[in-house]
Amino acid sequence: MIRVALIGLGKMGISHHAILNTHPDAQLVAVCDTTAYVLDVLNKYTGVRCYTDYVALLDEEKPDAVFIATPSRFHGKMVRAALDRNMHVFCEKPFSLDPAEGRALAGIAERKRLVTQVGYHYRFVASFREMKRLLAAGVLGKIHHIRSEVYGSVVLRPQSSTWRTRKEEGGGCLYDYASHAVDLVNYLVGVPDAVGGTVLNKLFSRDVEDEVYSTFYYDNGMTAQVAANWSDDSYRKITAKVTAWGTRGRISADRQELQIYLSESGDPLHGLSKGWNIRYSTELSKDVWFYLRGEEYSAQIDHFLKCVEEGCGENTSPFASAARTDDVLAMMRRDSMSARTGGHASEPASGAAERPLRRIFSRG
Amino acid sequence: MERILFGDNQFFGVNHMSEEKGRAQSIKFQDVGAIVDVLDAAYDEGIRVFMCTTHERIRDICDHVRNNPGRYENFQFYPCMPYAYKYANAVTDYGMIGALKRFLPEDGAIGAILKGGMSVARKDLQGLAELLIDAEMKMFDGLRTPVVFLQNVVTDLLLGLGFHEAFRIFAEHVKNRYDAEPGFITMNLPKLLDALDALAIENPIVCANINKIGFRMCGGVAAYEKMIATRRFRPVAMSVFASGAIPPREALEYVCRQANVRSIVFGASSRGNIRQTKQLIDQFARPS
Repeated sequence: MIRVALIGLGKMGISHHAILNTHPDAQLVAVCDTTAYVLDVLNKYTGVRCYTDYVALLDEEKPDAVFIATPSRFHGKMVRAALDRNMHVFCEKPFSLDPAEGRALAGIAERKRLVTQVGYHYRFVASFREMKRLLAAGVLGKIHHIRSEVYGSVVLRPQSSTWRTRKEEGGGCLYDYASHAVDLVNYLVGVPDAVGGTVLNKLFSRDVEDEVYSTFYYDNGMTAQVAANWSDDSYRKITAKVTAWGTRGRISADRQELQIYLSESGDPLHGLSKGWNIRYSTELSKDVWFYLRGEEYSAQIDHFLKCVEEGCGENTSPFASAARTDDVLAMMRRDSMSARTGGHASEPASGAAERPLRRIFSRG
Repeated sequence: MERILFGDNQFFGVNHMSEEKGRAQSIKFQDVGAIVDVLDAAYDEGIRVFMCTTHERIRDICDHVRNNPGRYENFQFYPCMPYAYKYANAVTDYGMIGALKRFLPEDGAIGAILKGGMSVARKDLQGLAELLIDAEMKMFDGLRTPVVFLQNVVTDLLLGLGFHEAFRIFAEHVKNRYDAEPGFITMNLPKLLDALDALAIENPIVCANINKIGFRMCGGVAAYEKMIATRRFRPVAMSVFASGAIPPREALEYVCRQANVRSIVFGASSRGNIRQTKQLIDQFARPS
């Protein structure tokens, strides 16, 4: 039995709480939040042990693993406290607002051989996993372009202030929504070598962006485009879609289905015929022991616990990979600022069409 | 309980198989008149129950039914509450307490607000929950709601948290205040039945995915079949076609073979599909 503690009881924290509570190999020993009221109600009706001080929780309960689902700016110090005590850590996304800190934490965990994971749950959606498998198997031939989009209706009017509306605390569409789109690109085809043409626009928010667009460049000539908009009222809930184009066809995936178009003779080895092939989540999704909102939320927790239990093989969404996603987000932020001050908009339109104006925001 | 219930997913763009199909449906049904046309078709085919979420747009359907009592003499609603997205978004925006306060009734009796305030202060879940249920039920004033369901997102969240007392509070309030039977929607049937048993909620109405391929049936098809055959509860089968993954005849034959299943809920967008589905259920229901 893995003894687990949970820090942060917001929307994701509560969801993790319910899922962890039902897992046959986990025992949720205590939770921590700063809202005493929520803790009192939880304690009164469920009996779970509650803390308001996460350090006290770690020292007194000595859990094997910790789930951290607090506002992003607290991730760094909490993760470090857990790693210092040799605890395995699952942290919500985005991992760290400071990419250097994220890399350092990933390094510490690796040296200590601790299991780490960041809550990029789209990596556990069956259709995206199948897409990755097919891309890796080369069914599209040479991939030349990826488009990764995330839309939803989070901010539809000027908002009252919370951490999600404050840039320095990790609020905004870049960290909240675009991070998923970026992480999916990284997951499916790897980390870009440069980014350009990044736009971070405000629509309703005062302090943070509501829409994000960016182009990614790869040294092998492949490009990707990322689009995220959390102010689109036509979406009932967060919706991610990725399309990859290759020399032999294209693949589109969202949470529900996978659409594969192959030219030439298809790909008999993978059971794909020429023309359209459709795979639905009803056939791709694997059963989970407990369902809340989507199989992927249970699947990611199960994966983390399995890694802890089995001394880990390769984690699907470890700190190291989330730190690379943080890196790309930081590159995009810098690129958008330079585009503003350096004057993308002032460049003649004819000059912009051919090649990227600048590709300076490369990985170091 | 009625044997056949008409669901509402198709009206709100919910399609577990395809975003595109979902969108096409939400375009088709953005006008309330289009929803009413399909409900009328179902009603004329002999389906008298509309099992629906407490989505804002259902308010218009309620008004329509209230305004045409002659046309809908035997029409019943089985409300499913809450429409969870508005709460989830509010929790993100305002935090847990802020969200609760926002959904407590603003209009009407000052006493209700005071009660809400008192409930918040005393951490009295019962008082709070009752106010939230009343707020959700408001749109059904004067309409027949013999069964009221708790939506699966909430049922399963409470189930996972071990917050089982909330099920008892829901059940009692629905019975006492609305003279209705409580129902629970879940994706985790075996676990929920154990929880309801422990609360001594007898012969509960439980709505869960029941389909041949085991789509979103946590615990697996075999466990579900065993529960249906051996446990004392009133199963309502949903997602019987697994979002279209199973052909209609095969899907309904399977569900109707589970002898204890009381009701089947399905959604459809055309009279043809409604008629075909109802005929198949009627056909398989007859002992051969």
